[in-house]
Amino acid sequence: MSRLQVLLAVVFLVLASAFAARATTPADVPPAPAAIVIQNATILTVSHGTIEHGSILIENGKIAEVGQSVHAPKDAQVIDAAGQFVMPGIVDCHSHIAVDGSVNEGSISVSSIANIAEVLNPDDISIYRDLAGGVTSANILHGSANSIGGQTVVIKLRWGQPAAKLPFEGALPGIKFALGENPKRSNFSFPGQPKRYPATRMGVEETIRGAFTEARDYQRTWVDYNKRVSAGDKTAVAPRRDLRLEPLVEVLEGKRYVHAHCYREDEILMLLRVAKEFGFKVRTLQHVLEGYKVADEIAASGAGASTFSDWWSYKVEAFDAIPYNAALMTQRGVLVSINSDDAEEATHLNQEAAKSIKYGGMSHDDALKMVTINPAIQLGIDQRVGSIDTGKDADLVIYNHDPLSAYAVVQKTLIDGRVYFDRQRDIAGRADLEKEKKALLEKGKKAGEKKPDATVEIGKKPADKSDAAKPGASKPDAAKTPAPSPDAQKPEDKKPTDSAPDKPKPPQAAAVAGGGL
Amino acid sequence: MNRVLGIIRAGIVCSLFCVLLFTAAVQSQQSPQPTGAGAATPPAAYAITHAKVFTLAGAPIEDGTVVIRDGKIFAVGAGIQIPSDAQVIDGHGLQIYPGLFDSITQMGLREIGAVNATVDETETGDFNPDVIAATAILPSSEHITVTRAAGITEVLAVPASGGMDSFGSSGLLGGQASAINLSGWTINEMLIKKSAAMVINWPSIETRSFDFTTFSVKEKPYSEAKTEYDKHVNELADWLERARHYAQALGHAGPADYNADVRLAALVPVVRGQLPVLVFADQARDIRNAVEFCDKQKLKMILAGGAEAYKVKDLLRSKNVPVILRPVLTEPSERDDPYDRPLTQPAELAAAGVKFAFASFDNSFARRLGQNAANAVAYGLPYDEALKAVTIYPAQIFGLGDQFGTLELGKAANLIVTNGDPLELTTDIRYLFIRGQLTSTDNKQLRLYEKYKNRPKGK
Repeated sequence: MSRLQVLLAVVFLVLASAFAARATTPADVPPAPAAIVIQNATILTVSHGTIEHGSILIENGKIAEVGQSVHAPKDAQVIDAAGQFVMPGIVDCHSHIAVDGSVNEGSISVSSIANIAEVLNPDDISIYRDLAGGVTSANILHGSANSIGGQTVVIKLRWGQPAAKLPFEGALPGIKFALGENPKRSNFSFPGQPKRYPATRMGVEETIRGAFTEARDYQRTWVDYNKRVSAGDKTAVAPRRDLRLEPLVEVLEGKRYVHAHCYREDEILMLLRVAKEFGFKVRTLQHVLEGYKVADEIAASGAGASTFSDWWSYKVEAFDAIPYNAALMTQRGVLVSINSDDAEEATHLNQEAAKSIKYGGMSHDDALKMVTINPAIQLGIDQRVGSIDTGKDADLVIYNHDPLSAYAVVQKTLIDGRVYFDRQRDIAGRADLEKEKKALLEKGKKAGEKKPDATVEIGKKPADKSDAAKPGASKPDAAKTPAPSPDAQKPEDKKPTDSAPDKPKPPQAAAVAGGGL
Repeated sequence: MNRVLGIIRAGIVCSLFCVLLFTAAVQSQQSPQPTGAGAATPPAAYAITHAKVFTLAGAPIEDGTVVIRDGKIFAVGAGIQIPSDAQVIDGHGLQIYPGLFDSITQMGLREIGAVNATVDETETGDFNPDVIAATAILPSSEHITVTRAAGITEVLAVPASGGMDSFGSSGLLGGQASAINLSGWTINEMLIKKSAAMVINWPSIETRSFDFTTFSVKEKPYSEAKTEYDKHVNELADWLERARHYAQALGHAGPADYNADVRLAALVPVVRGQLPVLVFADQARDIRNAVEFCDKQKLKMILAGGAEAYKVKDLLRSKNVPVILRPVLTEPSERDDPYDRPLTQPAELAAAGVKFAFASFDNSFARRLGQNAANAVAYGLPYDEALKAVTIYPAQIFGLGDQFGTLELGKAANLIVTNGDPLELTTDIRYLFIRGQLTSTDNKQLRLYEKYKNRPKGK
């Protein structure tokens, strides 16, 4: 390494560490005070009504007391929430944040071997942004390219913690299924790409039936083997493990939830039939935009429904989508949640839930449930989160207004009794960070000007964006990290890519990207 | 509605015939008339009485009355004489506002995003100044009835405003945007202004681009991207230069003396400064370049998008360039932007004296227009400014301020009667007037809701 290279490396290390210290990159994990009391708040408990001028005592990350008054220890940290509203942290039942790279292993129609839990990226800025929108837990799903997609994981949005600390302890893992246009690749035909089975909804059914038929046989080989072993048969040879079928066996055994992307009424009933045939339960129907047409059948099956507020018309199977879907399914006895499928949408799920008050006359309490306790039940984490009750995790959001209003702004978000997001703290830190950033950019620019023949020309776009010397290269988002000079060109990164979960904004992009929608 | 449902039930035993009948019944529901009005002659006038009237041209009027006649606002105020031929609507406990104006949509040009056959939004090729949105607006689009049910009474349908053609390009000169009322049997009845703006998609210096033929991201060196950018800007300048010569020829020569050219003819109002250019640009550098270009070319510029408008707010104010802002419910463009960057921008622009309007840039999310404005209020924009940014400001920006955007004498009677703040999520639109007609808020989605709400218990 030349001296210049060493110098550059040092400069970039300084830059990189400075970025790491920004409020918008994982900061230090916030402290966990032994006791916090939130007082003078309007508390929307979700489970037992609204408490005006109430208090919540948090001890060791758990809700210790809720009520008009609580017995707070003298040294408890006090959060005065006069005039503010506290609700349980929002649970997003359909998210693709915190995923490193593509959410779709789209090459095969049964990709149960892939696991989202193995590619969690704690550095994804969407974690912080969603946290700032009141989200505390999220169901991180594989994309929807395949009839049977990859394994999924529930996380808590513990910004600043390493990947290993994100998963929601004890939450049952899931697997993504997808029906309709996405797995049959209706809107995803590209030059040179071979046709893939299935290409019809008939084929989607058979893909799932075929896979579970195999899984059932595979399960039997293990049952037989275990029987022989327990009978003392020393000659028994263990079956070869099949990592593709194992998650499906877990589904058959009730150890893994099925989260099924679906739109049309016919495919919803198809999956419920197939599940019955093989004796497993569909835990949630995701999107389920025509769920209102077969709400009774969904209710009878016990499947939950996790839908959008008001998305429609971005493709044919979304053309009969109605904003009354959530309310109508609820009226018919389905457990309904409102999800995001999109990092930005997740920042205002409280508002999205409120729309069911307008579309279908839902009550304030029921609307609030759709982003708290209902998704918590759907994910099997309702003993821990989803309402403000003694003994539950202190996952809470404080708003300046009723959260079911477009004028409500999140002030603080707590997870496990730690303040992971604080609006005032965020705002207060901005000026310093801006100053620091400028100084560092200046420093980097000067370092580059000293030797114009530098291996990396600062002030011009580095030829190779994966260059280890590039500032922020250690970050997964290097392409969007500011270049060393204000004149440097930023790589444009706004076109849809295969790695992006498809989003409806704009709907044109949804048609070409390949993910969760 | 019962008739429709009856037909649906009968539909269990018949098929095609009933489908046709059902279609006919549904179409009658889509009429601009209120449900049940049939073909009856509408009353000569309407009077909405005892409501709180937000004219947006002065203080709200408590216990006010609005009289509508001949499609226009005939009278507005407190203690107004009710004309004897007016149908009276009791507005006790209700509020009256101008209808909302969504100034960038693809209304009628795009029905189902993923189905090309239903999309007429972006023409192929870089230079299509002659194409006009009004030509392809489908008056019976389901989006129109759904959108107006959210209190949006007029929109601009804007070609090349977000979508790409089938080759992944959105062109440079995208065509002409048309201003329409969200009611009318034909485009002629809907039309406010056939040509309201010329779309320019400002070229960006793109080192990374998405290649639709291989479906992968392509990278190129900065110098190459810059060369391509310069070429595009020069082409734009060249088109305008030729249009200027063409305009001169129009003024001085007879038709026999020059070859007519539909594209250059379309640009004549632009170079004469009669038709504004609606320039799509988001990054500060692109906005600066576009403003400089339009200034030099003496074009009347309206900025569309403006994700980084706050970085060039002084320039926008000094050059009097108004902005049609992308929805604030959008991710910040940079990783290290403050998390609320798009949400606080409207307040910042308002404080700097930059004129702006909110728009949805979409069809299916058009009904989030009010939600976006309200979110900007939550992050510091004065409420009155937010309300004006979805009513009178877009009207003024597109030269329609004398006809739309406030409740004043002689203006078009496009108004909404609500039970509360029209920007709030839970507010209902009780009555909707477009072109002075009491207009149905029925739509495909409401019909589906009613139909399935009444489904007998499933077996």
